[in-house]
Amino acid sequence: MNAWIAKQQYLIDFTLSSLARRKAKNLGLLIVYTLIVFLLASVMLFTHALRHEAAHVLDGAPEVVLQRMVAGRHDLIPPGYLERLGRIRGVQNKEGRLWGYYYDPVVKANYTFMVPNREPVPAGTLVVGAALAKARGLAVGNVISFRSYSGKLFGFSVARILSPDTELVSADLVLLNEGDFRNFFEIAPGYFTDIALSVANPQEVRNVATKLAQQFPDSRPILRDEILRTYESIFNWREGIVLALASLAILAFAIFAWEKASGLSAEEKREIGILKAIGWETGDVIKMKFWEGALVSLAAFVFGYVLAYLHVFHTSAMLFTPVLKGWAVLYPHFDLPPVIDGFQVATLFFFTVFPYAAATLVPIWRAAITDPDSVMR
Amino acid sequence: MIELTDIRKAFNQGRENEFHALGGIDLQLPAQRVTALRGPSGSGKTTLLSIIGCLSRPTSGRVRLKGQDISGLPERFLTDIRRQTFGFVFQQFNLIKGLSALENVMLPAYPLGGDWRELHEKAQRLLGDLRLSHRREARVEWLSGGEQQRVAIARALINDPEIIIADEPTANLDTALSMEFMAILEKLSASGKTVILTSHDPLVVDSSIVHQVVDMRDGRVVRQDTTRNTMESPA
Amino acid sequence: MIFQPAIIALLLASLVCVGLLVVSAPFAFDIIRHWNIRSGSERQLVLERRTYLLSTLLTFVFATQLVALLLFVFNADKMSSMFVGAMCAVGTLNVNVFGFPALIAQIVVFFLAANWLVINHVDTRAHDYPLVRIKYILLLALLPLLLVAAVLQLRYFLGLKADVITSCCGSLFSEEAPGVTGDAAASPPLPTMIAFYVALALAAGAGLFYRLRKRGAYFVALFSGAAFVVAMAGILSFVSLYIYEHPHHHCPFCVLKPEYHYQGYWLYLPLFIGTAAGLGVGAIQPFSRVPSLTVIVPAFARKLATLAAVMWSLFAAVASFMILNSRLVLLEG
Ligand SMILES: Nc1ncnc2c1ncn2[C@@H]1O[C@H](COP(=O)(O)OP(=O)(O)OP(=O)(O)O)[C@@H](O)[C@H]1O
Ligand SMILES: [Mg+2]
Repeated sequence: MNAWIAKQQYLIDFTLSSLARRKAKNLGLLIVYTLIVFLLASVMLFTHALRHEAAHVLDGAPEVVLQRMVAGRHDLIPPGYLERLGRIRGVQNKEGRLWGYYYDPVVKANYTFMVPNREPVPAGTLVVGAALAKARGLAVGNVISFRSYSGKLFGFSVARILSPDTELVSADLVLLNEGDFRNFFEIAPGYFTDIALSVANPQEVRNVATKLAQQFPDSRPILRDEILRTYESIFNWREGIVLALASLAILAFAIFAWEKASGLSAEEKREIGILKAIGWETGDVIKMKFWEGALVSLAAFVFGYVLAYLHVFHTSAMLFTPVLKGWAVLYPHFDLPPVIDGFQVATLFFFTVFPYAAATLVPIWRAAITDPDSVMR
Repeated sequence: MIELTDIRKAFNQGRENEFHALGGIDLQLPAQRVTALRGPSGSGKTTLLSIIGCLSRPTSGRVRLKGQDISGLPERFLTDIRRQTFGFVFQQFNLIKGLSALENVMLPAYPLGGDWRELHEKAQRLLGDLRLSHRREARVEWLSGGEQQRVAIARALINDPEIIIADEPTANLDTALSMEFMAILEKLSASGKTVILTSHDPLVVDSSIVHQVVDMRDGRVVRQDTTRNTMESPA
Repeated sequence: MIFQPAIIALLLASLVCVGLLVVSAPFAFDIIRHWNIRSGSERQLVLERRTYLLSTLLTFVFATQLVALLLFVFNADKMSSMFVGAMCAVGTLNVNVFGFPALIAQIVVFFLAANWLVINHVDTRAHDYPLVRIKYILLLALLPLLLVAAVLQLRYFLGLKADVITSCCGSLFSEEAPGVTGDAAASPPLPTMIAFYVALALAAGAGLFYRLRKRGAYFVALFSGAAFVVAMAGILSFVSLYIYEHPHHHCPFCVLKPEYHYQGYWLYLPLFIGTAAGLGVGAIQPFSRVPSLTVIVPAFARKLATLAAVMWSLFAAVASFMILNSRLVLLEG
């Protein structure tokens, strides 16, 4: 066992020096390899982060949301609907929700105004998201005024700033009192934006939705699982398409690797001949070449992945934004929180290292079977 | 020590350019002697030497090494025998460029996976014996021809082989360096190593160090002179 | 079909593996027909060199199979959020009838490839390569299996539709479920536990016995194979319950989830290595009478048997540790 380890160390040692001796050739390979990893890793990290974010956002969402439709558009829920819902089996809780968007011309951003159902906000005060507070330079106790859509000016004092941990969901959030909300947007009492229903048993969700659809033909139930699944499959599908296209790049890369591996220079051929003549076995040469591939792959993988990580999480996927803007409907400002997923790393590894290994297999063998007596001629 | 029976070697078998480089060689190479293969260019010396040194396999015939038939062994086992029993010195030294002299000397021992420190010390000792200690960290392409050859000799000795094989060892050396090589050879022979070499060079073949000369022509042995220098040969 | 990176990667991998083996099949044929170790002809030398290619290839396929197996299960687990009713890999595998057969085929290919490599290893130790023909006939026999595994996987992925309502571990492995899985889950804990430990003890014991006495090689293989099945049943019927600390959650896949700290890997790693090593002992036993292998086979079998014994003991230890560390009580008193 010790001899085996020592032997691998010797082989790695030799490989490292042989890689160093052919810097130009190996650098080219390394750069192309790194680029491929970078590209694929960026796509995967990006979509994964978006998917993660979507799931995160939906985590706290109610299982079913009932929206009223008028002329095919989302409209307010009129009074009486909540009562008409009565008791549907499986529904644990139901509540009318009030929320809306407000455009703030000062910072040119959209806020989400919302009335929390738990922990009501005292009248005349606001709870604001951290990003918003920063943008408007707010601190607790400050007074801020908004001009409503009808032109009236409303002043509020800031009661609390939401913790930056929840920034993802709360960056643009403004929580306010129900009365203030109704005054500000001029929504009469009894009206709601939509109705949220929580269903404890996941198996019941579909039954509840069917009943709702029957009872309120003018409304549409939206299932959280459905949204999640839609997002999931949209992301997977898009990622899949991109990767399928990237397969072409991978194929090109595999051919490139094959060429590099089989296009041994006369010098390299002679070297392998010498090694074999002085007592290296074909298997030893294959192992040495295997280590070479492994080291190059590892280096390319680590470089490519780290670069992709920086690209996606520190420059907000700068290179992708022009192409993929449409993906970001969820969050126009996406500051993606870094997420690394073992499964994804494994997939990426498979996508890049596996084709490289497969492509170099035969060339390595070809090189390794060089006649040991070739150096005598 | 080495017994060859009816050794034949064919190249490009079954094609129109089929060529028989060796046509039935019978030869006995005694242990602890210096044997020289002599003959015109193309007579099959190198081919024979590579068969003796387990670098290649004969198309037919038997090779016995210390009584063991090794002619049918697959490459994997031939390699094993080769690195334990034989050390090689080639005409074009065949050192790996870009590596230091020391690294080149250590190379044959890598697949054995021995202790690095021991190996390192042994390589330094061998280089010291050949008066190369001061050049051990130098890259081999910066060494002179004679130095390169001494590195190659040190490399051949790193695994403690019983048999040294040298193909045209003096072809790239001037007279003085050739003499020096023969002196090293003499020392090796005196220390009990068996040496088998090929050469055109009268300086080598006619030297008193050589115990036995085998003359070859067209892939056959034409004369085997075993009577030389019997006085000096070890018992 | 659902376009998914992991799915594309898996399909790519199986395509490449099958492709490589199909392309090299004529080489194997050549070797079977023309191999003659006594000859020094150029053809023989060429054939000999090809054996290096084929061994390297099989090692590659084996390694790929191993990673692919992991990725396959991993992927199934990840995709469970896309199917109504699926909570973990079981639900995803149940989306169509090819899921579980594809998984089982991959496991079988994995073990067969491991055995082939074991046979290959002893063969290359012997100076006359006595098993070359047998080895390459076995390789050709392995090819259709690999093909079947690849086709099953392809059919499975092609048949994945997001709108399918599937059933997951909750129903498949519930005590009321019909079939083997239900039976395994429903089996009373105490007798199952006894069978579990007896099977592990037999497998480890046979390995140890072989190490000491160099006898009973086939028993090592037999008991290891049996222990694999019993161990899976054991995981299903009670080990998983202890991990989940839930008296009715029978699932061999959820243990791999991060929620359970990937504990499953600690179980499956020794389980698979132990099984492969144990089966390997049996796989080379028929050749122990071949003159050039009389020393090599027992020596290598001894190593494998030791490995198997260690792995089975480790598996038993890990499982026991999980059971003892759990807050769940299945057996009173
Ligand atoms: N791989 C090969 N393929 C074809 N012919 C070969 C091969 N190797 C050697 N030969 C031929 O075999 C014959 C003997 O070659 P070998 O190298 O043994 O001669 P030699 O006696 O060493 O000659 P020299 O003194 O020039 O080195 C030559 O005619 C050569 O062309
Ligand atoms: Mg010559």
